[in-house]
Amino acid sequence: MMRFEPVIGLEVHAQLLTRSKLFCACSAAFGAPPNAHTCPVCMAFPGVLPVTNRQAVEFAIRAGLAAGSTIAPSSRWARKNYFYPDLPKAYQISMYEAPICIGGALQFSADGVEKRVRLVRIHLEEDAGKSIHDAQADASLVDLNRAGVPLLEIVSEPDLRSAADAVAYLRALRSILQYLEVCDGNMEEGSFRCDANVSIRPAGSDALGTRAEIKNMNSFRSVENAIDHEIARQIEVVSGGGRVEQETRLWDADRQVTRPMRSKELAHDYRYFPDPDLPPLVVDAAWVEKVRRELPELPAARRRRFETELGLSAYDAEVLTARRDVADYYEAALARHRNPKALGNWVMESILRIVREQKLDAELCIARWPVAPGDLADLVAAIDDGTISGKIAKTVFDEMVTSGKPPRAIIAARGLVQVTDSGAIASAVDRVLAAHPDKVSEYRGGKDKLFGFFVGQVMKATEGKANPKQVNELLKERLG
Amino acid sequence: MKLDLSSLTLATAAERLSRREISSRELTEAALETIARTDARLHAFLTVSADEARAQAAAADERLARGEPLSALDGLPLALKDVFSTRGVRTTAASRILENFVPPYDGTAVARLRASGAVFVGKTNCDEFAMGSSTENSAFGATRNPWDLTRVPGGSSGGSAVAVAAGQCLGALGTDTGGSIRLPAAYCGIVGLKPTYGRVSRYGIVAYASSLDQVGPFARDVRDAAILLEALAGHDPLDSTSARVAVPRYASALRAELGTLRVGVPREYFEEGLQPEVESSVREAIAVLESLGASIEIISLPHARYAIATYYLLATAEASSNLARYDGIRYGRRAGGAQNLAETYGRSRAEGFGAEVKRRIMLGTYALSAGYYDAYYGKAQKVRTLIRRDFDEAFARCDVLAAPTAATTAFALGEKLDDPLSMYLSDVLTISVNLAGLPALSLPCGVDGAGLPIGLQLIGKPFDELSLLGAGYAYEQATDWHSQHPPAVEQAP
Repeated sequence: MMRFEPVIGLEVHAQLLTRSKLFCACSAAFGAPPNAHTCPVCMAFPGVLPVTNRQAVEFAIRAGLAAGSTIAPSSRWARKNYFYPDLPKAYQISMYEAPICIGGALQFSADGVEKRVRLVRIHLEEDAGKSIHDAQADASLVDLNRAGVPLLEIVSEPDLRSAADAVAYLRALRSILQYLEVCDGNMEEGSFRCDANVSIRPAGSDALGTRAEIKNMNSFRSVENAIDHEIARQIEVVSGGGRVEQETRLWDADRQVTRPMRSKELAHDYRYFPDPDLPPLVVDAAWVEKVRRELPELPAARRRRFETELGLSAYDAEVLTARRDVADYYEAALARHRNPKALGNWVMESILRIVREQKLDAELCIARWPVAPGDLADLVAAIDDGTISGKIAKTVFDEMVTSGKPPRAIIAARGLVQVTDSGAIASAVDRVLAAHPDKVSEYRGGKDKLFGFFVGQVMKATEGKANPKQVNELLKERLG
Repeated sequence: MKLDLSSLTLATAAERLSRREISSRELTEAALETIARTDARLHAFLTVSADEARAQAAAADERLARGEPLSALDGLPLALKDVFSTRGVRTTAASRILENFVPPYDGTAVARLRASGAVFVGKTNCDEFAMGSSTENSAFGATRNPWDLTRVPGGSSGGSAVAVAAGQCLGALGTDTGGSIRLPAAYCGIVGLKPTYGRVSRYGIVAYASSLDQVGPFARDVRDAAILLEALAGHDPLDSTSARVAVPRYASALRAELGTLRVGVPREYFEEGLQPEVESSVREAIAVLESLGASIEIISLPHARYAIATYYLLATAEASSNLARYDGIRYGRRAGGAQNLAETYGRSRAEGFGAEVKRRIMLGTYALSAGYYDAYYGKAQKVRTLIRRDFDEAFARCDVLAAPTAATTAFALGEKLDDPLSMYLSDVLTISVNLAGLPALSLPCGVDGAGLPIGLQLIGKPFDELSLLGAGYAYEQATDWHSQHPPAVEQAP
């Protein structure tokens, strides 16, 4: 049987974190009442004109530089013409023949293997509004708050060969955009969206097969499942002697299949032409250099630094650097108490759990996190200097989350300081052994497992505060 | 005695206002009275904003009484072509699709005039969406030429030209995409100026062809045109195509002497189809300029003959996109009885747009279509560059070019209505200027045997409106054509 190789290219739309829209002064913020963020310009009243948002252009330059793209000294806005009620001008201002960023590549690691995906281009365009078809039986509603919000479209070459790689690429791209503080990367709210071009070809072939464009994937899981499904579908079509149609297909997450879009939804002739309302977008070298100087350390570089300078494992470094705010948080804690491994574990196991549970994922905002990095550092320091045990530390941490108090205050207030007085521990050991003479005999008779029972009893007697190491030593000594 | 606006200019009226000999109220009432008396015949206005005008006049009179006029235009009655977005006053673009549309905002030109204290007496008729050369394409009926009511006033800004010519106001604004200010100025015997592309903000004018549209004034004489341009010109942060070029004090720079001026006469503008009286009047006007000290040189604009074809590809392509927003969804006319979205679009636009607008939308849609783009839109852009280069070469040797504004005087109503191509050719002498983005002035330079006005067109270098106004002003000082008025138009019994 013939073996096939999938060929995948991705088009990502990333909503930019500008305060205002791409061509007017309206707020670009998410979540306002319908049509609250509108004006004659984004409602396309007769006679209005667009004025380009400089911040959006700078964000595009930032993304382009991070990807190693060439920043075009002069790019051109174009109109993409089509009718739809949520597109007030009946054209979208985008870039077509002359995008702002050309070429570039993304490097990322998937399952420990370094991969590189080339980019075709990055360009700016405005978003459409939102049509709501199911709120009223006899009418569709339109919310134009999103109309005109700036988007970055990042188009990859068809360099990806599996759904898992596609997801790894998307995670790496999202991470970079978050590091650059140009996009919050929230897939559920639609601020990071992805379409996939999928084709297959006989393994070993260099030719490209006919591709299908897959839309409507709003999570990493959807992307992975949709691409896997589409690859399988195409293999089945070709293996059965059929041909793959060039078409747009929608991912149906409920039924876990891709299905063709209705014919009326496609086959547009967009009649692109340069927008005569906007002169060529000129970006001079000085601006590019200024943005380059201000670029933050990017996730790949930070990951390598965490591995080499902090001695973290590749996996830990990957997890800790995936989000800029997490890595910043981690480094802030590290500055106060230098125990990279222990702090790394706390951040990964405890902080990221809270972030997940409290759905703080949308925020690129450390300030909203429940535990300050200095407090987490103090907690780990308290373990390291023997003030509390690791077990007690979990109790202290839970209270830090709910009360927001610093760890030392919680330890003091609740009397959780570890007992390290060997006399006190010794007397507890003696009391336990005296209370269980039969178990002592059994242990001495060879039932080694009982050692754990004695440790438990001593910890119980000291309300968990006895230093476990000292307990072990003393028990071994007494039991001979 | 009743005030006759025909006997005044903006400059003389401002002088009399400052001397308190007349009031803005009197000027405004005279304008409103003239409109009431004559407009049933002329049909220059689509909306008369009498209440707003009276309130503006009262406010102006208070300022003038305090001796604190806002500008040389404070208290003077003006009219606006109905493509200027006016907050709270209906703006139709002479189209059924915007018949009841009341904008929520003022465009920049309107805002600047408002800040100058000008009084707006109303919105003037035009070809629908400024598409036409006769003002017959208005959905609300044609405007008539006050010199001969059986003739067209020219277009597309015919209502504004007629309002100024017939004393219904002291000055007016129009827009010029292919000649829409200069042609009606020539046909109505007044001054019309199309400034350099980018000189006046386009923010708030209903867009026809964005790369060609430009706002400009109609006036009784060149000084008035200079006063209006001064109020309008300058960079606008709301229009990315408006230029950051310093604006001279046009009016105070005008001198009766011409000084040394190199006038180029484009050979191609005097070729076939020129009405003999037009040619002789324009040649005579050029001779006047020469007698004032100008040097005259015949020059060539070899690509001029491609201008009409180029224009009708580019302008219609842009229009097809610019007019797509009139979809019946957010404002404007929405057809009833539609069963689905496509029908809502189809019916609203079928009912809302007139024949010429539909024709241009279809032409433009075709020119931009996949497979045709390079042959039509792409090619036209290249020819546009060649046309611009012709002018660059001419202006290496000349300061201004002189030519007729139109090949003929005003034609009869209905004469070209069923022949779009012949209508398009009315703009043959004005259209290149828009493609090249240049400033051009039309001013009266004679009348034909039937007594119809003839226009002299002066074309300038980019942002050199001053040379045009200077030459036009010197010409006016040496001649009398600008002080001719059309016969009085009285209300039909």
